[in-house]
Amino acid sequence: MRRFPGVTRVALAVLVSVGLTACGGESESPESGGHMEARLRISGAGATFPEPLYVAWMRRYGEERPDVSFSYEGVGSGEGIKRFIAGAVDFGGSDAAMTDEQIAQVSRGVNLIPTTAGMVVLAYNLPGVEGELRLPRDVYVDIFLGKVWRWDDPRLVAANPDLVLPSKLIQPVVRRDGSGTTFAFTNHLSAVSLDWRDGPGTGTQIDWPGGAMTGVGNEGVAQKVKISLGSIGYMEYGFAKRLGLPVASLENRDGDFVKPGAGSGQAALAAAAAADLPENLRLFVPDPPGPESYPIVTLSWLLLYGVYPEPEKAAALKAAVTWGLNQGQPIAEEMGYIPLPDNIAAAATRAVADIQ
Amino acid sequence: MASNPFKNAASASTVSGPPSGGDYLADSVFRTVALTCAALIVVLILYILWEIGGLAVPAMAQHGLGFVSGTSWNVSQEEFGVLPEIWGTLYSSLLALVLGGVFGVAIAIFLTQDFIHARLAAVFRTIVELLAAIPSVVYGLWGIYVVIPLLRPGAEWLHQHLGFIPLFGTELSGPGLAPAALVLAIMILPTVAAISVDAFRRIPYKVKEAAYGMGTTRWEAILKVMLPTASSGILAALVLGFGRALGETMALAMLIGNSNQINLSLFAPANTLASLLASSFPEAGQVEVQALMYAAVVLLVITLIVNIAGLAIQQYTVRKFEGKT
Repeated sequence: MRRFPGVTRVALAVLVSVGLTACGGESESPESGGHMEARLRISGAGATFPEPLYVAWMRRYGEERPDVSFSYEGVGSGEGIKRFIAGAVDFGGSDAAMTDEQIAQVSRGVNLIPTTAGMVVLAYNLPGVEGELRLPRDVYVDIFLGKVWRWDDPRLVAANPDLVLPSKLIQPVVRRDGSGTTFAFTNHLSAVSLDWRDGPGTGTQIDWPGGAMTGVGNEGVAQKVKISLGSIGYMEYGFAKRLGLPVASLENRDGDFVKPGAGSGQAALAAAAAADLPENLRLFVPDPPGPESYPIVTLSWLLLYGVYPEPEKAAALKAAVTWGLNQGQPIAEEMGYIPLPDNIAAAATRAVADIQ
Repeated sequence: MASNPFKNAASASTVSGPPSGGDYLADSVFRTVALTCAALIVVLILYILWEIGGLAVPAMAQHGLGFVSGTSWNVSQEEFGVLPEIWGTLYSSLLALVLGGVFGVAIAIFLTQDFIHARLAAVFRTIVELLAAIPSVVYGLWGIYVVIPLLRPGAEWLHQHLGFIPLFGTELSGPGLAPAALVLAIMILPTVAAISVDAFRRIPYKVKEAAYGMGTTRWEAILKVMLPTASSGILAALVLGFGRALGETMALAMLIGNSNQINLSLFAPANTLASLLASSFPEAGQVEVQALMYAAVVLLVITLIVNIAGLAIQQYTVRKFEGKT
């Protein structure tokens, strides 16, 4: 065999560049809400859905308590729960709460504290289609089942007589990572469709039917919808709002088409709050009743341990979470989240007080 | 060093002396270091195989060969299959190899066969090699914001007019196989071009003179004499390029759409083994990690097969075109 002097050189260059980019591929976004002189560091990780709110809270709260520095990493509910169970963080964040088996793995005890609520919206990218896109509940289930796969499907045209829908393929965009947003969305789909319940089912991670594109994190899905024509994907309301993506009006349980918004979200949560709140605050709202209710809403939880070895950490965390549950709620509303109904906020504040 | 064997063989009556102790020492140290480095590469590869294979063993035992032919990746049901990813990996890499190979070899011909001044050729070559230094994240971003919008009108036209051909069976909505393969082709271009240039350079000038002397035109000389003579080097370039395309991760994870499906269409989103690993690994549970390790083994095996096949073809061409055995 002959030798190639260039081979090794190029191979080295390739190796080096691959190595460099592999390092650059990781994205870390530790958001620090405190000041440089902060001496107590409290870190958390989890759901991407409330991440912008938590970051805003940390910034605002950091002005009042510069001695404590908080950080929160949006890594998805699945990973957040995993790190929380492993004890790698001081608190976790999850839109799917935690299952009983997961709670049983934490010897220090678990407190599920609902901090805010949000809507899962269906954002789409259809240039040239102006106006409100209405999706009947059987249709959006079938879009994600891959049964409705063209924008000019007769059922879509019938529901939207005022729109000129293009003759394009529908490209669904979904979450790849374990996600509370996926849980809320599939929990809703299972509640409205038997085909869904017996098919893909409910979970934080789903084997999606059809040729769905996958993205990592709410921002990943939002970005993929933004760059893909004819696509539709589910994400938290704020992410669609920030990227300026149009969102569909969905048919609720009462048969009305409702646009996501503070009013429709609050109406849905009020209906859930009126029903009795479970002891552990793990309240899911798969399909809220009421003519004004937006159909897909979910609470987002902070995961706190029952006991913290350092008393000052526990005290700082309790003070901060209590602040978020009360003074923090108006900030949530400004950012497109749904403020907690009073009875949920009160129950959550009581649960925080029990932490040692 | 006392045991310098050249000392005894030295004759006292010549001006040339035996290598000094320093020379001998430097030589033997270099030999040892080089041998150690070479051995370490082998050890490193074996260690990686052992480590990954060890982690993959539970998944191998559980899923067996069904893993390679399965099409679903269902973490909650613990059903894992990587056929769509194998398909996407090979499809995107082959497309990239065809595009990158044609352009890479064309560039090599252009730079070495007296089309331009040698100095200008050196400048061009440096620029082409600079492509290798661009981080793949940048390639990914460039693909998203430049290549996809650029391809879209053409893809739309092809789908509308030739949609009955499975290759154009879907629209290009955004990320998909075509932009991924195109960017991949540009990424392997410097590898293919640089090594092909070396292959052409190694042909003695006499060969070309002889061809011209027999009355060939310039293109006859290039296509019938130079290209076959350089073929083993060019094949090595293609094999390396293909290997790089198989393993490329970041740009593909950004551009291919990460969709778990097997579709002939150039414009449909797909997935590759490397991008499956990259996007699933950060938060995979224990069972999924084992499955991902199995997927990594599959990728290694594919790369190995490609390299062995490349080597075999190369040796065949050496025999056939260069007259060596």
